[in-house]
Amino acid sequence: MTGSIPYLVIALIKTLLVVAVVMHVLAYLQWVERKVIAHVQLRVGPRRVGPHGLLQPLADVIKLITKEGMIPSHVNKVFYFLAPFLAVVFALIPMSLIPFGGDITVFGVHTSMQVTDVSVGILLVLGLSGMGVYGVALAGWASNNKYSLMGGLRSSAQMISYELPMAMAIAAPLLMLNTLSFRGMVDGQAGFYFGVIPKWIIFQYPFPQVVSFILFIVAGFAETNRVPFDLPEAENELVAGFHTEYSSMQFAAFFMAEYANMMTVSAIATILFLGGWHPLWPAEYGSKFLPSLIFAASGLICFSHGFSPARPFDRITLPVFGVIFLGIAGIFLIPVAQTFLLPIFWFGGKTGAILFVFIWVRATLPRFRYDQLMRFAWTFLFPVAIVNLFITGLLVALS
Amino acid sequence: MDAILFLLFAGVAVLCGINLVLQTHPISSALSLVGVMGALALIYLQLGGEFIAMAQLIVYAGAVMVLFVFVIMLLNEGKERKVHRKLWVRWAGAPLLFAFVAMMSAIVVRILPPSEGVTFGKMTQGTAQAVGTKLFTIYLLPFEVTSVLILIAIIGAIVLASKEVD
Repeated sequence: MTGSIPYLVIALIKTLLVVAVVMHVLAYLQWVERKVIAHVQLRVGPRRVGPHGLLQPLADVIKLITKEGMIPSHVNKVFYFLAPFLAVVFALIPMSLIPFGGDITVFGVHTSMQVTDVSVGILLVLGLSGMGVYGVALAGWASNNKYSLMGGLRSSAQMISYELPMAMAIAAPLLMLNTLSFRGMVDGQAGFYFGVIPKWIIFQYPFPQVVSFILFIVAGFAETNRVPFDLPEAENELVAGFHTEYSSMQFAAFFMAEYANMMTVSAIATILFLGGWHPLWPAEYGSKFLPSLIFAASGLICFSHGFSPARPFDRITLPVFGVIFLGIAGIFLIPVAQTFLLPIFWFGGKTGAILFVFIWVRATLPRFRYDQLMRFAWTFLFPVAIVNLFITGLLVALS
Repeated sequence: MDAILFLLFAGVAVLCGINLVLQTHPISSALSLVGVMGALALIYLQLGGEFIAMAQLIVYAGAVMVLFVFVIMLLNEGKERKVHRKLWVRWAGAPLLFAFVAMMSAIVVRILPPSEGVTFGKMTQGTAQAVGTKLFTIYLLPFEVTSVLILIAIIGAIVLASKEVD
């Protein structure tokens, strides 16, 4: 039995940890996105600030904070200031519900690697993401600018439309998992068929949820206003859409909200469909050595490039990175560290893979037209999601 | 603790409700209504109705109110104009309303059997599972009838909206 004071302290520590990690990932996601898109388009991307532009996010943050916040004279002040606040708050709250790993014991304190587990977790996330629309819609309206208003209108219509197929796509795996709590969902996907095939929802008997996984990801693109569904900020028609009139930190807040929403969608896809922190194959066949192997290989590649450097300073920087990578590989071999590093590795790996798909699609696909976007949601995604839900329900009832 | 939280959420709900009526701009009123819905969801949650709280948040505070805001923004409604009412209407309105509400509540209290007080955390039947079981066994008929009613409403809306514009 834990008293309320220790509980409060543990919750505070976990919250601080999650906030620190999420904020850094948010900043560096931006760097990764610029780098990946640059390489897809045969450019090099940011590389002036720090080695390979690694300090670029820091420079961007300093720039955004020190910039003068311009307030246009024709805006509705209350809602103009409220909008970015709403957007970022409702984008960050869902982070507190996402489990990164199982139960661990640190310094004799038994706790779970999650800020809090609520019994209706997935519904709460859906509700909060629905509330996030107000940020974008109000920003568009309060700016008192026709482009912003169009962006806000498009965004609210789009989010209402895509919430339906998204909820339907979520309902199918929930039928199989029989729970609404994130922890329960991941626990329902533990174990392996025949000792090798993981019991993730996209592989699970009686009906592998591949269709609803794809539906969820597509709807997720629309919910987060990402390419190819970024109509609210279509720059060739609407200047910058709903955030045309924003500058400085208020603009940064919208940016942060978009990236946080992307992370939430990826993390939920991981939890719902890809088995959370459960490895792809059993630990008996060596899945626990995979992180060490990857990091050691990265370290060795750094070393080999460091001995035949393309640029003079690579002789120093690359071996340093090699040593860091080898050190991480070593940490992953320590049995004590494995208990909490392995879940984070698998969870982070899967979430990162989905985030990479988000960026990849942005670099590849053009933007939809607005009528195409609406027709796609109502005449394709929604019926497919309903059929998928019916088949799942039937098979779950029969088995 | 429960009482403090309840007073906090109830206070927010009442303040937002008053603000809803006082504001002259439709968007401000709509957002006050969102505040009322959110505060109600929190009170449901405090009473142990987790599922109802989440449904309130998703359906009312989320979907319904976003549609409201969407329509207000689409029509681009400005501030409402003040209508000059007669003097006695302006002064007698509030007392008459108060008297009416007092009378109605007195009658309701007289008719209904006395109920025991509400205890926080006493209800355990608020989970999604419990609500679902009740909904699909005891209350199956009302549930299905309601869904048919909503279907009729949807079809009616489509028929009304598809009128050709000339």
